[in-house]
Amino acid sequence: MSSGLSPGFGDPVGDAQSCFRAVLDAMARPGQVHRVGGVTAPGPLCNAAAAVLLTLADQETPLWLDEAAEPARAWIAFHTGAPIVATGRAMFAMALSLPDLSDFSDGSDEMPETSATIILQTASLREGRRFVMEGPGLREPRTLAIDGVPADFGGLWQRNHGLYPRGVDLILCAGDELTALPRSVSIREA
Amino acid sequence: MNDSAVPDHPCPARRRWMAVLARAKADSIAGLLGACGPLPAHMILRGPEPGLVMVRGRTGGGGSSFNLGEMTVTRCTVRTDTGFVGHAYVAGREERRAELAALVDALMQDDERSAAIEAHVIAPLERQQTDLKAGRAAKAAATRVQFFAMQTMRT
Repeated sequence: MSSGLSPGFGDPVGDAQSCFRAVLDAMARPGQVHRVGGVTAPGPLCNAAAAVLLTLADQETPLWLDEAAEPARAWIAFHTGAPIVATGRAMFAMALSLPDLSDFSDGSDEMPETSATIILQTASLREGRRFVMEGPGLREPRTLAIDGVPADFGGLWQRNHGLYPRGVDLILCAGDELTALPRSVSIREA
Repeated sequence: MNDSAVPDHPCPARRRWMAVLARAKADSIAGLLGACGPLPAHMILRGPEPGLVMVRGRTGGGGSSFNLGEMTVTRCTVRTDTGFVGHAYVAGREERRAELAALVDALMQDDERSAAIEAHVIAPLERQQTDLKAGRAAKAAATRVQFFAMQTMRT
């Protein structure tokens, strides 16, 4: 049983708490970019995506895994214990390219919190396609650059935003950085 | 602790050595491992971290199960430089003991080493444990009251 498993967080409690705080702040202030650390990710995941998975996923959160993320499956299974499921049943999704958002649970009007949260790994949050974001948590519109989303991302996101209070939330990760795009935020290409 | 109850275990050999390691003391594992020559370096994948597990019981084997209580368990997972991953769950909070047990579990999966580790570590530990158990059983047996003898005396 030879394997290339690598360790998780260096300081499991402290690192998970500071990553949780970063995700919380990013959700509250959409588009604000935070640095997270404490883990060296297994390929093909970036460090931020791995940190978010270690922080949020556990035995009770069914996870959908992008086919391209298959090499990291053993690592995710060992460190989080999250069951790998099909899109419709997932509470979290780990995607290396934008999946079809309508495949995932968008909750119900009575329980919108049961929708899925998608962790999307991108090439960069500093350069690339630029979007202007507006909504709760933003006193003024904020511009966010994302490298690694399809050309029609603005339209796809607006369809998800239109479902509010239902809809999925997005956590964007690139390298050691993350930011969030909650369903309450509307975007347009700058 | 009768571990012959579960049939069709996927790896009965590993089950045996993990049970032996879970009952062994840290100093005895370390002492016996020292005699095995140079060992591959290892890195820690998880832990050693203490936690609680719920121990469940069942009256008479047929009753419905109930929560007996929680016990402290320390777990650890290591990977040797040769690529073998070893796990250990031991009772109590002794971290060194969990790490050593996990290391031996990893070494036992390496076909090149398993024979030597079996001979120098697992077999002696198992012998110690069965001797201890037999000693205790003998001591307890000496104080056993034979009720049927008293009955015979009265008639």
